[in-house]
Amino acid sequence: MAGEHKHPNYMLIFYWLAILTVGEIGVVFLPHYIAMSKVTVGVFLCAFAIVKAALVAMYFMHLKFETRTLALIAVTPLTIATLLVFVILPDAFFVDHKTANLEPAAEAPAKH
Amino acid sequence: MSAATSHAASTSHAVVEPAESPLTPESWGKLGMWIFLAGDAVGFGTLLAAYGGMRATSADWPSPYDVLGINLTAAMTFLLICSSVTMVKALEWLGKGDRSKAKMFLLFTALGGAIFVGCQAFEWTKLIREGLHINGITGHALELAKGHGATLFGTSFFIITGFHGLHVTAGVIYLLSVVGVVSRRPDPAASYNVVEIVGLYWHFVDLVWIMVFTFMYLL
Repeated sequence: MAGEHKHPNYMLIFYWLAILTVGEIGVVFLPHYIAMSKVTVGVFLCAFAIVKAALVAMYFMHLKFETRTLALIAVTPLTIATLLVFVILPDAFFVDHKTANLEPAAEAPAKH
Repeated sequence: MSAATSHAASTSHAVVEPAESPLTPESWGKLGMWIFLAGDAVGFGTLLAAYGGMRATSADWPSPYDVLGINLTAAMTFLLICSSVTMVKALEWLGKGDRSKAKMFLLFTALGGAIFVGCQAFEWTKLIREGLHINGITGHALELAKGHGATLFGTSFFIITGFHGLHVTAGVIYLLSVVGVVSRRPDPAASYNVVEIVGLYWHFVDLVWIMVFTFMYLL
């Protein structure tokens, strides 16, 4: 029974994970040398992280070789977390109560 | 599995429930672990989403790189990836019927996890001495943060890395107990599912660290 299991090329996955990790650290240091906006760095880092996580889940956790329903169960938390980000985001960008804006208001009553 | 089959046969219901897990025919335990991990992923996902929300709403959030540094953490990340490789090697050797090699690689994996937790303890001690606390940033850490002293930075850092560290610690204990299972069962095929399930947990802990490293240290 154990012999029937298909095994992906684990070392190849390891090399990719190592290369992507070096890539991530490279992207963090790149703005010192070439013009790169914080958003660009952020997009690159998120993309690297998602690819790495997908590699681990698909090959190390064998999700690629499991039934589709199991993969759906595994992806559900990601969907929930992504939705949660969109629930929280409006608070960050569309409502004017960042901590810095609160400070003058907090000081004002003390002068009375 | 044979016990489950005999139990199903002894019941007199007209429709007998399937003795095999529909999603993971090889074992129910694997389905159980996947469901646990999905729940656990919601926990980590919520913590990271909350981290993003707190950071985006704060005008005083330090650049994590300035306060935390990434040299040690990059090495820890690489170590955890390596321990994932020793984990798959353990399963591969067990599949080939070599119990002693499988046990050796399981022990390597546990050792990798133990070193990871050790590095984290060292990192926490250093950061706490510099003035990064669960309830704020003071002293040298505040200088490193260039004066950006958002209280929630320390809170979220210790809670999220702490929750992950707890998972690694639990994983090391789990791995060691699985070494015991492999030792007690002479037939390598009898412990294959147990090793695959501990592998799922361990790779998940690695996967979460990939996310934590990116969102809390690099971004």
